[in-house]
Amino acid sequence: MRDHPLVQLTLARMREFYREPEAIFWVFGFPIVLAFALGIAFRNRGPGELRVAVLRGAGDSVLAAALARAPGLTAALLDSSEARLQLRTGRVALLVVPGDPVVYRYDSTRTESRLARLEADAVVQRARGRSDPARVTDQRVTEPGSRYIDFLIPGLLGMNLMGSGLWGVGFSVVQARTKKLLKRFMATPMRRSHYLLSFILSRLVFLFLEVAALVGFGWWMFHVGVRGSFAAVAAITVLGALSFAGLGMLVASRARTVEAVSGLMNLVMLPMWILSGTFFSYARFPDAMQPLVKALPLTALNDALRAVMIDGSRLGELGAPLGIVTAWGLVSFVVALQIFRWR
Amino acid sequence: MSPPAPPIRCAGLTKRYADVIAVAGLDLTVNTRECFGLLGPNGAGKTTTIEILEGLTAPDRGEVEILGMRWTRGSSTRALRERLGIQLQDTQLAEKLTVEETVRLFRSFYRAAHSVEEVLGLVGLEEKRTAWVGKLSGGQKQRLAVACALVSRPELLFLDEPTTGLDPQSRRQLWEVIGRFRAAGGTVLLTTHYMEEAERLCDRVAIMDHGKVIALGTPRSLIASLGAEHVVEFALADGAARAPSPAELAGLPGVRAVRPGVDRTALTVAEVHRAVPALLGLLERRGAELSLLATHHATLEDVFVSLTGRHLRDA
Ligand SMILES: Nc1ncnc2c1ncn2[C@@H]1O[C@H](COP(=O)(O)OP(=O)(O)OP(=O)(O)O)[C@@H](O)[C@H]1O
Ligand SMILES: [Mg+2]
Repeated sequence: MRDHPLVQLTLARMREFYREPEAIFWVFGFPIVLAFALGIAFRNRGPGELRVAVLRGAGDSVLAAALARAPGLTAALLDSSEARLQLRTGRVALLVVPGDPVVYRYDSTRTESRLARLEADAVVQRARGRSDPARVTDQRVTEPGSRYIDFLIPGLLGMNLMGSGLWGVGFSVVQARTKKLLKRFMATPMRRSHYLLSFILSRLVFLFLEVAALVGFGWWMFHVGVRGSFAAVAAITVLGALSFAGLGMLVASRARTVEAVSGLMNLVMLPMWILSGTFFSYARFPDAMQPLVKALPLTALNDALRAVMIDGSRLGELGAPLGIVTAWGLVSFVVALQIFRWR
Repeated sequence: MSPPAPPIRCAGLTKRYADVIAVAGLDLTVNTRECFGLLGPNGAGKTTTIEILEGLTAPDRGEVEILGMRWTRGSSTRALRERLGIQLQDTQLAEKLTVEETVRLFRSFYRAAHSVEEVLGLVGLEEKRTAWVGKLSGGQKQRLAVACALVSRPELLFLDEPTTGLDPQSRRQLWEVIGRFRAAGGTVLLTTHYMEEAERLCDRVAIMDHGKVIALGTPRSLIASLGAEHVVEFALADGAARAPSPAELAGLPGVRAVRPGVDRTALTVAEVHRAVPALLGLLERRGAELSLLATHHATLEDVFVSLTGRHLRDA
C-alpha cells in the first residue's frame, strides 16, 4: 500500500508543498491576514457620533448645549475660519450658524452631513416649540449574515481554492518539466494517470486544512457562522478544488518555463479576482457584463458558497452554479490531457 | 531457438532539429553484458541518440530494438521500461525530498526492485539517507541519479555523461558502481567525453561527430588503428621560423603521422627510442631550440584528433 506509486507520488507532492514555507503562508496565512484586515477595516460600526459645529455669535452657547444633549450628536463652538476648515476636511459634518433664519452649511453629497442636518434640525425645531404629533418607537435588530465579513469569508474561500488549485498544480507541473523531471518519470513505467491523480489527491488533503483554517478563523474572530450544512460546504469546496486543479493542469499543459506559466496563471486569475465578487458584489458591474461574469468558475463557486454559508441553501438548490464549476473543471481536464507536454 | 536479441540494435537513425541534424544515419548494436561507450564532443548527438534508444525522443527515421522490443505505445512499452535503468544528462531531482524519499518514489514505479538500503549501498549514499537532495554535492547528486536508475534491477542501463563535472575521486566511485553492475551481468550504454573513462570502462566505443559514428571498435583496436602506440609532442622556443616541415618530420624513423597544431606539433610514433633522438638531431641541425617535449601513450583522444583534426574538449 505504502509503496503504491500513487501513494508515493502524492506523498512527494505533499512534502514538496509543506517544506516550502512561502507556499504555506500564501495558502494558509494570507487569506487569514486578508480576512482579518478587511474584517476590521469594514466592520459595521453604524454612523457613530456626528460632530456638528456652531459658529460663534449671538445665542451660540444655548444652541450648542441643546445640540449636545441630542443622542448621537456632539457640538463644538468654533469661529469662522476654523469652522470652514473643519467642514472642508470632514471633521465636522455640519456647520450651524445661529440667528434668524438658522443657517445649515454642509455638503449635501455626504451621507453623514445630511444625517447631521436632519438631527440638528429636529433639535432646533423642538427648541422653538415644535411638537411631534405621531407616536413612534424604535426596534433595533442586527440581521445575521449581513455584515461585510459574512460576505467576505465565502469569497476568500473561493479565491483561495482558485489560487491554490492553479498554483499548486500549475507551478509544480511546469517546474518538473523545466527540470526534466517529467521526462525522467516518462523513462519509468509510471502511469501518467497516477502522476496527474497525485496532484488531485494532495490538493484534497490540503483543501481540508485550508477550508478548516479560514472558516475556523472567521468563526473564532468574527463569529461568521455556516447557516447551511457543513457537508454542503465540504462538497462545494471539493468540487471547486477539483475544478481549479483541472484549470491549473490546463494552464500548465504546454508551458515550458515557470515565467510563462506564471504569466498565464495571472491572466486567468486576475479577471476573476476583480469580476467574480470576492471583495464586492458583482451586481455593481453593468448588465451587459453579467452573463460573462456569471459564467466564470469563481463567480459560480462564490455564489454557491455564499448561498450555503449565508442563506442556508441546500445543495439541491444550487444546480446552476455547481454545474458551471463542474463544466469548467471537466473541460479543462480533458483538454489538458489532450495537449499535455510530457517532456 | 534463436539466440536472444541483442540488448540494443538500431539502424539508420536520423533526427533533425530546426537548424541542425543531430543524428545523421546511425547504426549500432550493443551485445549482452557489454559496456558500450558513445564518445564525442559537445553537440555530437550523443544525448539525442541515447534518448531515441530510451524511447523518449521519436526519431525522424530509423529503427530501434531494445531487448528485442520496439517502442510502441501502451502496455508493452511499460513492460519494457520495467527492464531498463535510465539516467538522463540534465534531470534535476526534487530538491525538497530526501535521498531516501526520492529512491522510494522511483522504486514504487517498478514491480521488482531493490530495497532502498540495497540501492543506497550500491552507490555509497547510506550516510546521506535523510539529507535533502538540494543539499547534496554534485557528485552525490549524480550517484543518486544512478541509484534511481539502478533501483529497478535493470538488465540494461543507460547512463548519459554520468561523471561529467565530478572530481577524480567521485568519478572513480561511479566507475566502481558501474563495474559492480556489470559483474552482476548487466549491459551498459554510456556516453562520455572523458577518453580515459571510455578506455577504462568500455568494451567497445563508438566515436561520434556531427551525428555520425566515425570510428567503432574496442579502445585498444582504435588506438592500434593509429599504427603507433605513442605520441610525441614538441614546441619550439623561437616559433615557426626554424621549424622543420611536416614532410621532414614524417621522414624521421618510427614516425607514422604528423599533426601540426597551433602551439605544438604532435607526432604519432611507433618506436619512441628511435624517433626522439632523430627528432632532436634534426632540430639541432636547424638550430631550433625546444620549449616543450613530451611523450605519452596514444589515447582515444589521439584517435579523435587524427580523424577530425580537432580536440574532443574544444571541438
Ligand atoms: N530539443 C532540441 N531542439 C533543437 N536542437 C537540439 C535539441 N536537442 C539537441 N539539439 C541539437 O542537436 C545537436 C546534438 O545535441 P546532443 O544533445 O545530442 O549532443 P551531445 O552529444 O549530447 O552533446 P553534449 O556532450 O554537450 O551533451 C546539438 O547541435 C544540439 O544543439
Ligand atoms: Mg549530451
